[in-house]
Amino acid sequence: MATAKKFSYNSGSGKPLADLSRRQFIKFCGCVAAALGMPASMAPKIARAIEQGGRLPVVWLSFQGCTGCTESLLRSTHPTLEKLIFEIISLEYHETLNAGAGIQAEAALKETLNRDAGRFVLVAEGAIPLADKGVYVRINEQAGVDLLNEVAPKALAVIAIGSCASWGGIPSAGPNPTGAKSVGSILEGRPVVNIPGCPPNPYNFLSTVLYFATFGKLPELDAHNRPKFAYGRLIHENCERRPHFDAGRFAKAFGDDGHRKGFCLYKLGCKGPETFANCQVVKFGDVEASPISIGHPCFGCTESGVGFEKPMFQRADIQRFTPPAFYPHVFEPRGEGVTPLTAALGGVAFGGAIGAGYALTNRLFKATDGKEGADKPKGGGAHEDE
Amino acid sequence: MRMNRRGFLQTLAIGGGALSAPSFANARQDKALSPGALGLLYDATKCVGCQACVIACKEVNGMPPEFSDPDHLWDAPLGLSASTRNVIALYKEGGRHSFVRQSCMHCVDPACVSACPVKALTKEPKTGVVHYDAGTCIGCRYCMVACPFNVPKFEWGSAYGKIVKCQLCDHLLAKGEKPGCSSACPTGAIQFGGVQKLLQEAHARLKAAPGAYYPKVYGEKEGGGTQVIFLSALPFEKLGLPDLPDVSSATLSETIMHTTYKGFGMPIFLFALFAFIARRNLQKGKEE
Ligand code: SF4
Ligand code: SF4
Ligand code: SF4
Ligand code: SF4
Repeated sequence: MATAKKFSYNSGSGKPLADLSRRQFIKFCGCVAAALGMPASMAPKIARAIEQGGRLPVVWLSFQGCTGCTESLLRSTHPTLEKLIFEIISLEYHETLNAGAGIQAEAALKETLNRDAGRFVLVAEGAIPLADKGVYVRINEQAGVDLLNEVAPKALAVIAIGSCASWGGIPSAGPNPTGAKSVGSILEGRPVVNIPGCPPNPYNFLSTVLYFATFGKLPELDAHNRPKFAYGRLIHENCERRPHFDAGRFAKAFGDDGHRKGFCLYKLGCKGPETFANCQVVKFGDVEASPISIGHPCFGCTESGVGFEKPMFQRADIQRFTPPAFYPHVFEPRGEGVTPLTAALGGVAFGGAIGAGYALTNRLFKATDGKEGADKPKGGGAHEDE
Repeated sequence: MRMNRRGFLQTLAIGGGALSAPSFANARQDKALSPGALGLLYDATKCVGCQACVIACKEVNGMPPEFSDPDHLWDAPLGLSASTRNVIALYKEGGRHSFVRQSCMHCVDPACVSACPVKALTKEPKTGVVHYDAGTCIGCRYCMVACPFNVPKFEWGSAYGKIVKCQLCDHLLAKGEKPGCSSACPTGAIQFGGVQKLLQEAHARLKAAPGAYYPKVYGEKEGGGTQVIFLSALPFEKLGLPDLPDVSSATLSETIMHTTYKGFGMPIFLFALFAFIARRNLQKGKEE
């Protein structure tokens, strides 16, 4: 088998998980279950699916991207990449990770397409350039778009990894000279799971693959075909700086006092309030870090129309308004906004109404009292009883 | 004869006083709590001020956010309004504080229903929910003036403004669900249920921890009773809940109204008064 040769100790089937202790393995499955928002009791089921189902063949194609998605995957540590590709999935083709090159690699791809047709998962990284007949990506003398169109129909499922594949990302940013498009827009009519992010979190990818392996179906997706377990909530909703937002404590410049104190980055352009992703929960690089946690505003990479499109330091359009961490007072003057100014204006209007009423009464009684009230001061003056 | 202002006021006072002395034949009785009445028990000692109830209320009722800061960062209502049906307010005094929930009380004998001239506000006979029907409302806003808790709010910003107030999420009740606020509350500070049960529960809490509470269940009797009842550690007046008599204001106003109109008394009196003034002014004109 070409694949067996390519990865020296990949048998293609047989016993997976040789390197993981049983305990580690179940723990890993537990992590996956948690990432998917499922109870820990699902872990054995996921484990069984991996053990019995045989490893899921995966073909990974790279298009117009920076390979950051692969880099991100290389840095996952539970499991590590080797464990993932040799023991959990069966990575049949990946331009960056292939052992062989040139003719050898292309032969491996052809073989997989024949042998595993209809049962492999296609992962596409990078946008697809369409301008000038797709010349801006050429692999093995083939335009990227043609390669995608050749491989995708044979795949069981298609996953677009990263922002470029999901919605165009950097290559599609104006003026988009290469006519870059998302994978989903090329493969219209066939469901493509998007795992956007620049780079995407490897665990979102992993969890999606294992969900598919376990349940034989795709996880629940949102309107942009992103798995809801990972992209169901705003960054802003899970952000560790959120209490500062609610309390109105903002960093106003990089390095200012508020920034040093870890205040909210909204006024520095944080797009957390309009970006759906789980970066603030899963974090990156296994060091509990995310852009926001190291002091840089979220720039909205998972959100089409935000990342690479809105100016980095422009304020976000808040998607879900919630109350601040302060309260109206029990005896809040109602109706009007209670700035000192409006309070003062309100006072003037109210005083005016009383004054006018008083003047009217005076005039009324001037009429009935005849001359008696004639030389009384007009409106608002002291008014004695007779 | 000339009538000066004092005389005029005296006449009015005597006339009015005579007519408003209650004639018990016309006194209306407070309406009673229906056995199936539904309501809420808000326990301020359990409330942590998270405002999850405020967000949930907006969500289940499709209400827009309300801004009170210049940057429009928060949904920060300062009180009930056309886009806010419940609010958590803060009372602070010295080192003590308490939150308090502001929303429709679903009065047992609602003044708003009594004041509404077209029955746009109605009290559901079984559940006692005070419901508003926008299709019937003529926009007179009498309910806003009548409500002793200052609850109904008007959409001032709309050409065909409607009244907005909590309706105990009766659209959810119809589906067998609980009101949004009580479902969302993480501490159980807002409990939904039958009013009788809630009253029992409230008294049980008072009995179990007498030191923790101000010794009264607000809404059991106030203003003729309300279906939303309160427990608190601080006196209720401090939390902005008015100290109302046990008789409902609907009973008071309807009794006065019916009494004054009894035998057409008030209209005859007013006619006589104005006829007198007019005649006197005519005479004065002739003299001059
Ligand atoms: S604006 Fe950004 S930094 Fe501030 S709380 Fe939201 S996500 Fe966090
Ligand atoms: S609190 Fe006001 S609006 Fe609500 S039922 Fe009572 S009178 Fe009507
Ligand atoms: S019962 Fe419904 S409408 Fe009333 S305050 Fe609660 S959530 Fe809002
Ligand atoms: S949800 Fe409950 S605890 Fe939170 S503010 Fe409302 S009543 Fe209080």
